[in-house]
Amino acid sequence: MSVAGRIEQRLLRSEAARNYLLISPTMTVLVFALAAPLALMIMYSFWRESGLVLDTNPTLAQYAVATTRAIYRVLFLRSLAIASLVTLTTVVLGYPMAYFLAFRVKRGKFIWLLLLSIPFWTSYLLRVFAWKIILGYEGLINSGLLRLGLVSQPLDFLLYNATSVVIALTHSYAAFTILPIYVSLEKIDPALLEAAADLGDSAFQRFLRIVLPLSLPGVIAAAVLTFVPVLGDYVTPTLVGGSDGLMIANMIQVQFGRANNWPLGAALAVSSMALVAVLIILFVQAAQLAAAKIR
Amino acid sequence: MRAASLPSTGGKGLVLYAMLYLAFLYIPVLLLPLFSFNNSVFIAFPLSGFTVKWYGAMAADEEMRAALWNSLQVAAVASLSSTILGLLAAKVLVRRVPGRALFAGLTSLPLFIPDIVLAIALLMLASKLEIPLSLATVVIGHIVICIPFAVAVLISRFHGVDEDLEEASRDLGENAWMTFWRVTFPLVLPGIVASLLLTFIVSFDDFLIAFFLCGTDTTLPVYIWGELRFPYKLPNVLALGSIILVASGSLIAIAEWLRRFGGGRSCPPVRVGYR
Repeated sequence: MSVAGRIEQRLLRSEAARNYLLISPTMTVLVFALAAPLALMIMYSFWRESGLVLDTNPTLAQYAVATTRAIYRVLFLRSLAIASLVTLTTVVLGYPMAYFLAFRVKRGKFIWLLLLSIPFWTSYLLRVFAWKIILGYEGLINSGLLRLGLVSQPLDFLLYNATSVVIALTHSYAAFTILPIYVSLEKIDPALLEAAADLGDSAFQRFLRIVLPLSLPGVIAAAVLTFVPVLGDYVTPTLVGGSDGLMIANMIQVQFGRANNWPLGAALAVSSMALVAVLIILFVQAAQLAAAKIR
Repeated sequence: MRAASLPSTGGKGLVLYAMLYLAFLYIPVLLLPLFSFNNSVFIAFPLSGFTVKWYGAMAADEEMRAALWNSLQVAAVASLSSTILGLLAAKVLVRRVPGRALFAGLTSLPLFIPDIVLAIALLMLASKLEIPLSLATVVIGHIVICIPFAVAVLISRFHGVDEDLEEASRDLGENAWMTFWRVTFPLVLPGIVASLLLTFIVSFDDFLIAFFLCGTDTTLPVYIWGELRFPYKLPNVLALGSIILVASGSLIAIAEWLRRFGGGRSCPPVRVGYR
């Protein structure tokens, strides 16, 4: 190796060393405050609460309980169903809005983006609570219907069920999905669309064969970023879910509260994380396959 | 063939849809301020007169003031720490560094973990290490959930910074620290402020992490959560919520504005589209 080459190597190495030094505080914090607790949680899920002491002989007992008992299965399935539905509705509702922002709004995009993001950032707790005011027994919809004489008694099926949970969560995450989709729509090269038009594609064909597949990365990002927090949501099912709308996070909380069975709580949490990971991988694969098919 | 706009702009229907979408977003949120001025303990229509008494009652509440102070402290420390950590990470992540994927993965990992899972994991660690729960444990949890936001905001800002300027500074004999301080820092300052504001809001708004990790030191969302059980206290909570809405809405507006336009020297705010 030439002398110059060796000096360059040395420089590169010191450059790399400086980079590692720079990023090491952040990585240290993440290892101790994120990786370590997650590792401990996984260990906990293989332990057992026996009386007041923790039995640390590894056992699969918690997972046996988590997978076989009907109540947990129901909660897992319901959380999955609610999270999938919310993801679907937010993406379907958000896509036209992102499209509008990317292709229709010429001036004042910034104001639109701001208007869309402000509700997302403001008091999550109270936003969910607002739905109690709207859907409640003496709420907005019921008092309106009563005054209009459309019903003689307040409707009691509006609140405290899985549907009200889906509505409130869809509202909470609505704007969150717009940004990633908008960003990927913005990147689309107009020349592609012109070429397609010249070759005789109709507007709808252009959308289906160019715009939609090229915006798919944004759609995938939006779906994943919604699905994860929704699956683990605790506030919404507690406030508007009633007993029929409870989700897995409520059961995890119970294990750290009233039931005081931390290993089971850990096993439920690890299972939901594993479920999220598997589903995300499957979803991303399926979405990419679908995109390839369309083209 | 008509030289129609490509792609189709969707006609009037799309504009109508956008309006409806905004209504769906804002109507539930705007109910809070509406009822906070309503002269009745019951949250139902019709409205029964204007009052500001709930704001007075809320402001006089000692517990609320203590919780607010706790939240402000936690958010200040969490936003400052996560922004510094985010700055260090972003500086490295915009370069081609071996192991970059691993670093990027770890900094964005909190986005892929539901808050409840992170909360209980930290709770178990605190109990294993016999660390008492306090505002300090909340701060640690908040730093973790804030890092992805700080990194995202700062990376987008670093991308707008001309690396030649840093190189020029080094060539002219400034050391790494002075180069950062006199060249890089002023250039990314709008991003730093945006990150501070954004992470402040993330921390200030968090309920779940604080719920598990705060012990007896209540933060504002944890306090509000407790109050939601008492119907007669609701108007006070709505008054408080309205103030939070206005305050955090303004912070977000400032943060977004800084991120996009601040300082002039950056990528154009929005990629110029086509007509």
